[in-house]
Amino acid sequence: MRITGMFTGSLLAGVLLLGTAGSAVADETPTPTGSSSDGSDTAEAPTEAGTSFRTATAFRPGQRATADGSSGDYLYWVFPADAGQRPTVTAKVTLPESAAARKGATTWQVDVYDGLRRRQPCMYGAQTKALAADARTVELRCTLRTVRAWAEPWSNDPLPGSYYVRLTVLNAQEVDLGLPVRAEIEAATPDKGGASAVGGQLAVPLTPGRTTVSAADDGDGSGTDSGMGDGARLAASGVEPEGGWSSGWWTDRWIWTVAGGVLGALAGIAGYTLARPSRRPAGPSGI
Amino acid sequence: MIISKWPAAAVCGLVATLAVGLFPPAAAAADEPTGKPAPKVDLVLDVSGSMRTRDIDGQSRMAAAKQAFNEVLDAVPQEVELGIRTLGADYPGKDTKVGCKDTKQLYPVGPLDRTEAKTAVATLAPTGWTPIGPALLGAADDLEGDGDATRRIVLITDGEDTCAPLDPCEVAREIAAKGIHLTIDTLGLVPDDKTRRQLTCIAEATGGTFTSVQHTDELSRRVTQLVDRAADPVVTPVATEGAARCADAPRIKPGLYSDREKFSEHRWYRVDVLPGQELRASVSVGADRAVNQDYGVLLRAVTVHGREIVRGSEAGDGRTDVISSGLRYPKPPLDNEDEVKPAAETVCLQVSNAFSAPASVKTTPGLPVELTVDLVDSPDEPSDLAAFGLGRGWWLLGTLALTGLVAGLLWGWLSRLRLVWRSN
Repeated sequence: MRITGMFTGSLLAGVLLLGTAGSAVADETPTPTGSSSDGSDTAEAPTEAGTSFRTATAFRPGQRATADGSSGDYLYWVFPADAGQRPTVTAKVTLPESAAARKGATTWQVDVYDGLRRRQPCMYGAQTKALAADARTVELRCTLRTVRAWAEPWSNDPLPGSYYVRLTVLNAQEVDLGLPVRAEIEAATPDKGGASAVGGQLAVPLTPGRTTVSAADDGDGSGTDSGMGDGARLAASGVEPEGGWSSGWWTDRWIWTVAGGVLGALAGIAGYTLARPSRRPAGPSGI
Repeated sequence: MIISKWPAAAVCGLVATLAVGLFPPAAAAADEPTGKPAPKVDLVLDVSGSMRTRDIDGQSRMAAAKQAFNEVLDAVPQEVELGIRTLGADYPGKDTKVGCKDTKQLYPVGPLDRTEAKTAVATLAPTGWTPIGPALLGAADDLEGDGDATRRIVLITDGEDTCAPLDPCEVAREIAAKGIHLTIDTLGLVPDDKTRRQLTCIAEATGGTFTSVQHTDELSRRVTQLVDRAADPVVTPVATEGAARCADAPRIKPGLYSDREKFSEHRWYRVDVLPGQELRASVSVGADRAVNQDYGVLLRAVTVHGREIVRGSEAGDGRTDVISSGLRYPKPPLDNEDEVKPAAETVCLQVSNAFSAPASVKTTPGLPVELTVDLVDSPDEPSDLAAFGLGRGWWLLGTLALTGLVAGLLWGWLSRLRLVWRSN
């Protein structure tokens, strides 16, 4: 009976695997042709940056977003990160030749905020770096904690949703502000596997919700108390990962657990074979 | 319990997919004709005497500005309503009083006729004073109307304001405090220290940017970029006014709100949360003036009886535009939903800041506050810390294998015992 249970378990896992693989394949096909106007397409990386949380420019992990601005601008981007991923944001600031005549060092900083605008600490990476007066580029990096599917409301743990990146000069002489700069930003979201798979799930990922234009179009007037489904839809309409948000119930813990069950069953059979009474003497004596 | 929710989740997913698949084209089609009010931009150009100085790529500042304007006017997006205002264009005399009123609308804010606008710009010649404050007030008037439109003033000047005591920086802050979604971006043409300081202050007061321009192409590229930014669709917040106590606080629905808060002031708002809903709130307090080095923000969710439910706080130091924090408060669903009609709980949101400023800095109007409130479905509370209570790792495998082995051995011995017992 236990073995049949295991069989259904592994069958389930197999179906799951097939299912996810199938959906991944299905998702890959439309992306190159998809050129939606909402700025969340995969075809081109954005070449502008926003200047506030509300106007943050969306990009996908793997894309290299660029922007021209002035030193002293507060540049904002936003990217999606899903449960089980550990995002790393890399920012590169380049000053053109014409801005070489700087009076002193400028300190640059990259900050990452979650969808609720809570600042997220960096585990590794130089988040703040000084750019010497004669240097032309500086590279900043910030690795966040692994995104969890669920966390208690009192914790600041990273949750699936949008992540804002803010790049700015933290410290500079007044003379060195307003000069042209070029910023490049990238995010990598490697999957950390089932080791960090936690129970529970958010009903809706932590996205900026009503502060995005696509969401607010129909949210302004009709924000009534019947708006529960409405609110959920609004909150979900941030920038999504390629292939959508994960459904949250696949984790490699299924494989480990099923494998453990199978191993236990096999070991049980092996143990029984070792210890069972031998048939030869049993046959005649029983009669 | 989780398992029982799967079919429901699947149905929800299906419905959501259908909805997402079906609605966007319809929504887009519905939006096009009605639309939002067109974004408005007013370019404010300094035509004071100092613009004659020949220090931008070998030509005069005025020539550089004209050339840049031609390129900008060619690149203005269709939906943007653009106007041009000058300052110091007419009065060459010495009388401060007259010179400081010298600002006029060169081209009215509206749908753009490129040739007409270019002709108007071509007639300009460097003449008078630099009344930045009055010009900003004038530009704000030019941009009046249509409550919800985003407004942007792009100020291009080569010198500081020459019309004391009206401080253009104070003027900018007053205009921003009117809550008309107005941003002022400033560009300094080869600015000196004083000009740079003043323009930075104006930009900071309205959440705009400051750029120092040394070359013609920099000027045209930057102004084009700023005009394009005005065309970017953006959600405009609803102005609201929080109260000093929870009991008097305005009841707010999910949405985006703006408010003003003085140094160390508390502002309260109230939100109704039904069982089974999660409240998500985030707040940003802007530093729109010179503030002391260290600062912070605190957002608290408190019951009507004064018990704190959850808080979000953040502190920081150094140069910043805003400091933000957020919180979420999931309210578990009722167990006996059918029997009792669910009653909403009133949650009080308290926003406070720990900004401070040197005594010379004005404290009114307050710092800009942006508050977002969302209500979504409650999350699934996990029954186990690990996903579905599943295990992982070599210890798990070893334990299970060992258990299996021991069980198998025992069973084998038992059957052997039974055999022995039976044969006896």
